Amino acid sequence: MINLENISFDHCIKCTVCTIYCPVARNTHLFPGPKQSGPDAERLRIKNPRLVDASLKYCTNCKRCEIACPSNVKIADIIQDAKWKYTRVFWFRPRDFFMSRTDLAGSAATMFAPLVNFVVSLTIVKLLMEFFLRIPSARAFPTYNNGTFTSWFKKIRGHQGGFKNRVTYFHGCFVNYNKRSLGEDLVRVLNSMKIGVDVVREKCCGVPLIANGYLTRARKNARYNIASLSEQKKSNSGIIVTTSSSCAFALKHEYANLLGLDNSAIYSNTEYITKYLFDRFEDGNIPDMKPVHIRAAYHAPCHLERLGGVMYTIDILKRIPGLDLVILNSECCGIAGTYGFKKEYYKVSQDIGQHLFKLIDRANPEYVITDCETCAMQIEMNTQYQVIHPVTLLAMALK
Amino acid sequence: MRTIETDVIIIGGGATGAGTVRDLSLRGIRAVLVEKDDIAFGTTGRNHGLLHSGARYAVNDLESARECISENRILKKIAAHCIEDTGGLFVTLPEDERTYHDRLLEGCRQAGIKAEEISAREAFSIEPNLNRSIIRAIKVPDGTIDPFRLAASNVLDAVEHGALILTHTRVTGVIVEGTRVAGITCEKDPGELINIRGRLVINAAGVWGQHICSLAGIELTMYPSKGSMVIIDYRINGVVVNRCRKPSDGDIIVPGDTVSLIGTTSKKIDYDKIEYLNVDDDEIEVLLRDGEKLIPNLSRTRVLRAYCGVRPLVDTPGKQAGGRSISRGIVLIDHEERDGLEGLLTIAGGKLMTYRLMAEMASDMTCLKLGIKAECSTHKQPLPGSETKISPKKHIRAFTGIPESVVGSTLYRHGQRVRNILKKDKKNYRIICECEMVTEGEVEYALKNLNVKDIVDLRRRTRIGMGPCQGELCAYRAAGLFKELGPGNQSVKSSQLLRDFLEERWKGIKPVLWGDSLREAEFTYWIYQGLFGLGDIDFTKRHGPDEGGDR
Repeated sequence: MINLENISFDHCIKCTVCTIYCPVARNTHLFPGPKQSGPDAERLRIKNPRLVDASLKYCTNCKRCEIACPSNVKIADIIQDAKWKYTRVFWFRPRDFFMSRTDLAGSAATMFAPLVNFVVSLTIVKLLMEFFLRIPSARAFPTYNNGTFTSWFKKIRGHQGGFKNRVTYFHGCFVNYNKRSLGEDLVRVLNSMKIGVDVVREKCCGVPLIANGYLTRARKNARYNIASLSEQKKSNSGIIVTTSSSCAFALKHEYANLLGLDNSAIYSNTEYITKYLFDRFEDGNIPDMKPVHIRAAYHAPCHLERLGGVMYTIDILKRIPGLDLVILNSECCGIAGTYGFKKEYYKVSQDIGQHLFKLIDRANPEYVITDCETCAMQIEMNTQYQVIHPVTLLAMALK
Repeated sequence: MRTIETDVIIIGGGATGAGTVRDLSLRGIRAVLVEKDDIAFGTTGRNHGLLHSGARYAVNDLESARECISENRILKKIAAHCIEDTGGLFVTLPEDERTYHDRLLEGCRQAGIKAEEISAREAFSIEPNLNRSIIRAIKVPDGTIDPFRLAASNVLDAVEHGALILTHTRVTGVIVEGTRVAGITCEKDPGELINIRGRLVINAAGVWGQHICSLAGIELTMYPSKGSMVIIDYRINGVVVNRCRKPSDGDIIVPGDTVSLIGTTSKKIDYDKIEYLNVDDDEIEVLLRDGEKLIPNLSRTRVLRAYCGVRPLVDTPGKQAGGRSISRGIVLIDHEERDGLEGLLTIAGGKLMTYRLMAEMASDMTCLKLGIKAECSTHKQPLPGSETKISPKKHIRAFTGIPESVVGSTLYRHGQRVRNILKKDKKNYRIICECEMVTEGEVEYALKNLNVKDIVDLRRRTRIGMGPCQGELCAYRAAGLFKELGPGNQSVKSSQLLRDFLEERWKGIKPVLWGDSLREAEFTYWIYQGLFGLGDIDFTKRHGPDEGGDR
C-alpha cells in the first residue's frame, strides 16, 4: 500500500486539455497522453501498482501538460514518479548510465576533446554505438570543449573579486564541458554591467539523472548543490543565476516537487539568467549595445515555459538594437534531453520537432535563438541554422 | 400473452435470488428468475462491499459471526474474481472504550475467527494512511467483495446451466389456485405481459418481499432500516479499517476496486418510503467526520457520491414466546406451514455474506418440497470467472500489446472470462470509460452475455461511469455503442439511455456537491447541456425501433 502524498491528481476534472498540448501524444499512438498516464492511471496504480502501463516511458517530462492544466494537477511529476516507482527497469543500462552522468562523461571527454570529437563523428563508431548502445547513428552529438569552463574561470577569478556586486553562476555541465563560450559570454555581459561572477563547486543539476531514473543519485547531487550554493550566498549578492533553463527548473522545482528535498535555501533567489537581467535592465543597469543587424527566430524551450521565464527572454531580446526578431509559436523541439539520443524514442523525438523546424524555415532567419542547450542541438541538427543563446547574442551586441 | 412453464420461479434478482437460481440450476432444476429492475439493483448493490470476517459481529452476535467466517472461506474459493483478500484492521482511538478491544478478541476466538493483536507500528506498516494516534489494533481476515459482479456471475452461471432470467420485469400478481400458488403474472416493460407457471415460487425479493406476500394474500412484515454510505475518489486505504467500538455510524472504511467507501448509518424508515430514499445531510456529516478519524487524508480528498440502501430486517412472529423479534439472521419461511399456502417460500434477512448459504437453504427446502434428490454444489463449484487460479502476471503477458492497466482491470472484473473479452485488435481495446479502463470489447461482452438493458445496467457489470468523472466522458460513448452493438429490438433511443444514465449518476452526486465534485459536475453539465443540448430533447414522444438516427 502506498503512503499518499502527492494527491493533486484528485483535482483533475478530465477536461483533457493536457492531452491536447502533449507533443508526444500528438505524434505517437503509443503514448495515451498525460491525462490517462497521470491522474487517471494514478488511481489505478494506487489500487494495484501492477496496473502501471509501460507506455509511461514515452513521457518526455516536457511539462507542457502542467502548463495547460487549469486544475493545478502536477501531471508530469505524477508520471515521472510513477515511471520509476512502479515500472520494472533492468538495472544493467550502460547507455543510460553514461548519458545521465553528464559530469562524469564530460570531465573525461574534455581532457581529450579533439580526439573524442573526432572518434564520435566516425561512421563506424556511430554504427557500433547504434548496435551496442542503441544510440541512433543519425543523431548528431555535441562536441566537447578543449578544457572546461571552470578551468578557464580560475584564470579570471581574481578579476571578479574587484566587483562589489557579485552573483553566483550555476554554469551546469553543458557550459562546463561543451559550450565554454556561453559561460565566457555571460561573464562578459555581467562584467559590462559592473556585476561580478562567482562560481562554486557544483554537480550536475540532476535533470538527466531524473530522466533516466537514477533518483538516489539525483538526490545526492541536489543535496550537494543546495549546500554548496547556499554557502556561497553569504559572501555575495545572494543571487544564483543559470544559463540553462532546465538547470534552473531543476534547482527551483524538481528538487522539491519530484525529489522531495527542502530547497527553500535557494528557491527564491535562484533565477534563470534573463529574469535576472530583466530586473537589472528595469533598474536602469543596461549595458552599452551596438546594433547587431541580425534576423533571428526565437524558440521557447518547454522547461522555460513551465518556469514562466519566456517573457523575460523575449523582453531582453527586444532591447537588443538592430535585432529583427521572429517569435515562433511555442512548440516542443522533441529532443527532451537524453530522450532524443535513444534509439527507441528517436523517431518520436524527430516527429515531434518537424513542425517547429518548418516554422523556423518559414521565418527565414539568420540565427535561431533558444535558451536550452538540447533544444539547440536538435534544431542545429535538423535545420541549416546556427543556434545561439540569448546571452551570446547580448555579448555580440556589446560595444 | 406469453406463458412460460417451469419448475421454480424466483422473485428478486439480488444476491439471494441470483444465488438461488444458480443453486437450483446446478442441481438440474428448471428455474426462472424475475427481477423488477436489474440484477443487484436493490440492497445487494447498495452496501459497502465488505467481505466480513465476522469480527464485526463477534461481540454481539456469535451466530452471525460464525456464519460469516465460514462463508468467507467458501467465497474466497468460489468467487475469487469478485473478492480482494485485503485483510482488515480494528483500531482503537484514544476516545474509544478500551475494553471493547478485549471483548472483540475473545468473541473472535469463540467464533473461530483468526484475529491477532498487533502493535500500532505494525498497523501503520500495513496501512500507512491510518490515523497516527491509534492506541491498539487487531488484524482480522476481512476482505472486500464486489456485489454487482458476484450477483452477475451467479446469474451468468445459472444461464449457462439453463435458467431463464427476466430483468426489468415486475411481478403484478401471484396466481393462487385453491390453497396452492401456481405461478405469477408479470409485466416486462414496456407493457409486455407474461404468465409464468411453476411448481414452486421462491420470494427472494428482500425488503420488497412484503409486497410479494401481499400479492399472494398473506402478511409478512419488514422493518426497513436505511443505511447510507459515501464514496471517496480513490483508495485512501488498502485494507479494511474498522473502528474498534460498539457498531455505530461511520465506523468502517472499505477499499472497493478503485475507490474507498465510508459506512454506514442506520435509520429506521417506513415501508412506504423504501422507493424514495435519500441520503440526509446529517448522515454525510457523520460519515465524513468519523471517517476522517480513521484516515485523516479523507479531509483532503474528493467525495464522489453518497448513496443508501435498505436492510431487509424481517419480523419473525412466534420465535419468541409472547413477543416479536426482529432478526438480522437468515429467515426461511415455508408459507404452507405458516399460512397454509402451498408452493411459496420466502427467503429473507441475512447478509450479502450469507447469500450462498441462504440460497442453499432455500434450494434444499425446494428439493424437499418437490421431492427431488439433488445435492448442493455451490460451495465447491467456482463461479464463472473464478474457474482456475488467477495469475495476473501470466495474463498480462498473454495480452502483450494491450495496455497493462486495461488487461489488469478487465481481469480484475471478469476473472478468467478476460479471454472472452480482450482481443489483440485495436478496436476491441479502445477505451470507453477512462476512469475505470472499460474497453469497447468489455462493453460488447456485457451487452451480449450479461443481460444488459441500459447504460445503468452496463455500469453494474463493468464499472462504467463509476470513477471520478461519473459519466462525463464515457456516457455518450456507451450510448453510441448501444446503438451499434445493443440488442436488436432496441426500442429506446440512445439519447434517452444517455439521459437516464446521467440522471442516475446525478442522484448520487447531488448530496456531495462541493469542491472538485462540483467543478466536475459543472463541466459535465457544460458538455451535455451546453454542447449536446441534451436537456432540450423531447422524450415524451414514443419512438419506434426503426426510427432514424439520433440527433
